[in-house]
Amino acid sequence: MNETIGYIFIGIGLLFDFFGCLGLIRLPDLYNRLQASTKCVTFGTCGIMLGVFFIHGFTGVGIKAILCSVFLLLTAPVSAHAIARGAHIRGFKPWDKSVCDQYEEDSL
Amino acid sequence: MRLFRWFLGLILFAGLMVLNFTIEMSPLLRILNPLIICCFLCLWRIALGPTPADRVVGTDILGILVVGFCGILAVFTKIDFFIDIAIAWALQSFIGTIALAKFLEGKSFDE
Repeated sequence: MNETIGYIFIGIGLLFDFFGCLGLIRLPDLYNRLQASTKCVTFGTCGIMLGVFFIHGFTGVGIKAILCSVFLLLTAPVSAHAIARGAHIRGFKPWDKSVCDQYEEDSL
Repeated sequence: MRLFRWFLGLILFAGLMVLNFTIEMSPLLRILNPLIICCFLCLWRIALGPTPADRVVGTDILGILVVGFCGILAVFTKIDFFIDIAIAWALQSFIGTIALAKFLEGKSFDE
C-alpha cells in the first residue's frame, strides 16, 4: 500500500518536472521562465523525495529524504528571488507585452 | 500556424510516451527517461539563452533535476548513499545559485 502511494508520488513528480522544463523552453521572457521552472522544485523534486519517504517509511533513508525535501522547500524560493532581483537590478527588461512592473515603480 | 505547432508538440509528446512504454528496456531506464529529456531541455536553454540570466536559471534547474535523479536511483538500486549525495548536491546548488545571482547583480563576490 505504502509502495503504491510512493510510486504515484514519483510519477506525479516526473510529470511536474517535464512540464516545468517545457515552460523553461517555451515561455518568452526571463521572469516567465523563472516562474514556470520553480514549479520543477516545489512539486517535481519534492514529490519524488516524498515518494522515497513513503516507500522506505521511518528508516534512515526515509528521514533523510524528508529532510532533503524540507531543505529544498526552504532554499528554492530564496534562490529564485535572488536571481530575479539580480536580473532586475542589472537591467534586463521584461517582455514587451507584460502589463505592469511594480518593482520598477517602487524603486523610483 | 500557432495551432499547427501546438498539435506538433502534442504528437511529439504522445509519441515519446508511447515509445517509452513499448521499446524493450530495463524498468529503471523507463522511469529515468523523462528526467534525461528534462536535462537535455535545460542544456538547450543554457546553450541558447539570449541573456546571461536565462543561463543562470537553466543551471539552477539542472541542479534540482540531479537531486531528483539521485532520489530515484536510491529507490530502484537499493543503495543508501545516493540520498546523502542528493542532500550535498542540493546544498552545493543553492550556494552556487546565490553566488551567480550576486554576480548578475554586478557586485563582487565579497559582499
